[in-house]
Amino acid sequence: MSTTTNYTPKTSTGRIAHFVDQRVGGSGIVKEFGRKIFPDHWSFMFGEVALYTFVLLLISGTFLTFFFDPSMAHVIYNGSYNPLRGIGMSAAYSSTLDISFDVRGGLFMRQVHHWSAILFVAAVSVHMLRVFFTGAFRKPRELNWVVGGVLLILAMAAGFTGYSLPDDLLSGNGLRIIDGVVKSIPLVGTYISLFLFGGEFPGTLIIPRLYSLHIMIVPAIILLMVGIHLFMVVVHKHTQYPGPGRTNDNVVGFPVGPVYAAKAGGFFFIVYGIVAAISGLLTINPVWNYGPYDPSPVSAGTQPDWYIGFVDGALRLMPGVLGNFSFEWNIPFPWGVNTLSLNVLIPALIPAGIMFTIMFAWPWIESWVTKDKREHHLLDRPRNAPFRTGMGVAGVVSYCVMWAAASSDLIATHFHVSLNDVTYWLRVLFILGPILGFVVARRIALSLQRKDREIVLHGRETGVIEMSPEGTFSERHADLDVYKLHQLVNYEDRKVIPAQPNAAGHISRSEKRRGALSKFFFEDRVAPVTPSELAALKAEHGHGPAEIEGSSTESIEK
Amino acid sequence: MKALSQRRRHPLAAVALLLMGLLITGGLYMAAGSVNEAKAATGYSASDIEEGNKLFIANCATCHGLNAEGSADGPSLIGVGAAAVDFQVGTGRMPMQMQGPQAQAKPVQFDDAQISQLSAFVASLGAGPAIPSEDMLDTSHGNSAAGGTVFRVNCAMCHNAAAAGGALTRGKFAPALAGVSEKHIYEAMITGPQNMPVFNDSNITPDEKRDVITFLKENESQVSPGGAKLGSLGPVAEGLFIWTAGLGIIIAFTIWLTSRPS
Repeated sequence: MSTTTNYTPKTSTGRIAHFVDQRVGGSGIVKEFGRKIFPDHWSFMFGEVALYTFVLLLISGTFLTFFFDPSMAHVIYNGSYNPLRGIGMSAAYSSTLDISFDVRGGLFMRQVHHWSAILFVAAVSVHMLRVFFTGAFRKPRELNWVVGGVLLILAMAAGFTGYSLPDDLLSGNGLRIIDGVVKSIPLVGTYISLFLFGGEFPGTLIIPRLYSLHIMIVPAIILLMVGIHLFMVVVHKHTQYPGPGRTNDNVVGFPVGPVYAAKAGGFFFIVYGIVAAISGLLTINPVWNYGPYDPSPVSAGTQPDWYIGFVDGALRLMPGVLGNFSFEWNIPFPWGVNTLSLNVLIPALIPAGIMFTIMFAWPWIESWVTKDKREHHLLDRPRNAPFRTGMGVAGVVSYCVMWAAASSDLIATHFHVSLNDVTYWLRVLFILGPILGFVVARRIALSLQRKDREIVLHGRETGVIEMSPEGTFSERHADLDVYKLHQLVNYEDRKVIPAQPNAAGHISRSEKRRGALSKFFFEDRVAPVTPSELAALKAEHGHGPAEIEGSSTESIEK
Repeated sequence: MKALSQRRRHPLAAVALLLMGLLITGGLYMAAGSVNEAKAATGYSASDIEEGNKLFIANCATCHGLNAEGSADGPSLIGVGAAAVDFQVGTGRMPMQMQGPQAQAKPVQFDDAQISQLSAFVASLGAGPAIPSEDMLDTSHGNSAAGGTVFRVNCAMCHNAAAAGGALTRGKFAPALAGVSEKHIYEAMITGPQNMPVFNDSNITPDEKRDVITFLKENESQVSPGGAKLGSLGPVAEGLFIWTAGLGIIIAFTIWLTSRPS
C-alpha cells in the first residue's frame, strides 16, 4: 500500500477515485478478484442465467409490491376489465387485475416477473444437470452441490408461494391440492392445514402469509444461499473440461477483468432483453381468464407451473385402487375411524423425497462406490462416465414421466387419444422408463467412447480414396490435432474395485454391497487409448496406406 | 265469500289450505321446469315436415330407425326437439362420420333450409326444446360478468375457464368454444349434446344463458391484453415454451458468447 499513498492524482475524477480507494481498498479487491480466471464454455453459463433472472425477479417483484394488496378482504371489482366488473373478489385478485389493466406498464412487469420466474427455475435445473453429468459435484464441491440443491428447492418454494398470490381460480385450485396433500399426512396433517390456513380452507389468512414468505423469507434465504454458493465457487475455483495444458491444479480461461466482467455484464443484458422480449410478446398466467377464486368451481386444464408439475403428475398417475386393494385405509381406533389416504400421501411425497435424497447424496454415493477420495477439477465428458450418465438419464426419465402426466389431459385432447390410455401408458413408463433410460444411455455412452477410440487410433476420415499400385482402395485418415486428441484420450479410467477385506481380513456386508455396485457400474468399460498403444499403431501404419478400416486391434476390455 | 269465511275454522280447513299450497307450488315448478321442453313444433309447415322426413329417411334412418325410434347404433329422436337437430346437424356432428367416443364436428353437410326441414320433422315427432329466438341470443342485452360467474361454476370444469376445451374420460372431450355460434351454444345448453349435461331453464335461466354467451363472445372478440395467448392452455404451454424456445434462445447466445473468433 506504500505506493498508493505516495500517489497524487492529477484529474478531479482521479482524486475522487483515489479518495474512495484509500478508504475502501477497492484496488486491492480488483487486483485480487480481477485476475481470477474463469474457463469459457457455453454450458458453464446456466448458473449465470439463474443469477440474472433472480436479479430480474427482485427488480420486477419490487415494482409489483408497490401495487399489490395481499389481502383476502372482500371487494367488488370496478376496474377496466369488463367481463369481471361488479363481481365480488378478494383485494389480492382485484389489485392483480389493477396491475394488469390500470397500472401503466403493470401487465408487462407482471409478465416479466412470471416469465423470469419460470426461466429462473429452468436455468437452475439445467445448471444442476450440467453439474451432474460432467461430475462437477465431486470433491471438493460436494457441499456446494448440496447448496445448489437447496437453492432448487427454494426456487420452487418461491415460485409456488408467488403462483398462489393472485388468488385467482387457477392458483386457488393449486392451493387446494396442496391443502389435500398436507391433510394426507398421518396424525398431524389436519392440524398443519388448520394452522396454515388459520381454520378451514381457504380462510382469509393464507394470502398474507404466503406474501410474507414470498417477498421476504424465501428471497432472503435464496440470497444467503447464492452468497454461499458464489463464495464457494471462488474458493474452489471453477472446474474445466480436459484439454492441453489444463490440469487438476490450474484453471485455463479468461480473467474476470476485463474479459469476463464485460462478458458477464453483457450477458446480463442479453438475458434481460430475452425475458423482456418474451414478456412483451407472450401472455403468461392471464389471471383475468380464470376469475376470482371460489372453492366450488374447478376448471379443466388446471396445472401448476412447470416446476411443481412433477408432483401433480405423480398424483395423477397414482391409482386409487388396485383390483380390490384400496390405497385409502380406514383405520378403526377406540375414538372412531381415522383415514389414511395413501393414494395422496405416496405420490405427493415419496417420488419427490426419493429424487431429492438421491440427488443430495449422490456425491457421497459415487465416491463410496468408486473409492475415489481425490480432488477433481477436471470435468468428465458425459460419455466418459457411462454409469453416471445412465443414472442421470434414469432420473431425468422418471421426472419427465411425472411431468408428462401433469399434462395428461392436454396430451389426450391434442393427440386425440383416450385420457385413460395416456395414464395407463405413463404408469408403465414410470416403472420401465428409468430402467430403459439407464441401459440405453449407458450403451450410447459406451458406444461413443468406442467411436472416440476408433477416431484416435485411426485418425480422422478425410474422404480421400487412394488406389495402390496393386489396385486396392483405401481411405486416407488424417492425424488428429493435439487439442482433439487430448480431449479424446484424457479421461478418468474407472475400473471395477471388488469388495476389499478390512484390517481384520473380514469383508463387511456394506463393502460387499459396494463391490456389487462397482461391478454393476464398471463391468462394461472402454479404456482410454494409451500413448504406447497409439505409438505402436502409428509404427504399424508407417508401412503404407493399405490398411483396411476396422482391422486394428480392438482393446476394449470386457 | 261469507260461506267461505264461516268455514274457516272447519277441522279440514288447514288440510285443504296445505293441499292447495302444495298444488300451486308443484304446478308452478312443473311449469317453470318444462318451459323449454314443452314446446311443440311451431312455425313449421306441413311441407317442411314432409321434406324433412325424406331427408331423414335418406340420411339418418340407418342408425336412428325409419321412424326415429332409435336402434343399437343411435338413440331415439322422439322428443329431442328441433334445437337438438339444429345443433347436431348445424355443427356437422350429424350425420356422424364414424362411431367413436363422441361425434366430432366436421364440415356441415346440409344447407340451412335442409337443416330447418330436418328440425321440423324431428320436432313433429314429439315435444322438445325449440330453436332459440333471436332475442334470446342478443348479446347486447347480456351481462358478461354475470355470465362469467355462471360459466366458471357450471361449464369451466370441462370446457376450461378460458373456454379452451378439456379432456374427459376414455377419448371423450369438451371442445373449445371459440368460433361456435351463439345459437349453437344456446342449443348445446338446452339439449346436452354428446357427453354434455342438459342445463334446462330452471337450472340456468334463459337470461343467464344469454349472459354466458355474452361472456364467451366478449372474450373471443377482445384482443389478448398480454400478447400471444399460447392457446390459452395455462402453465403447460408456458412451461413448454420456456423449455424449448426460451432456453433455446439462451443457449444460442451462450454459444455465441463463448465461441472463439476464427
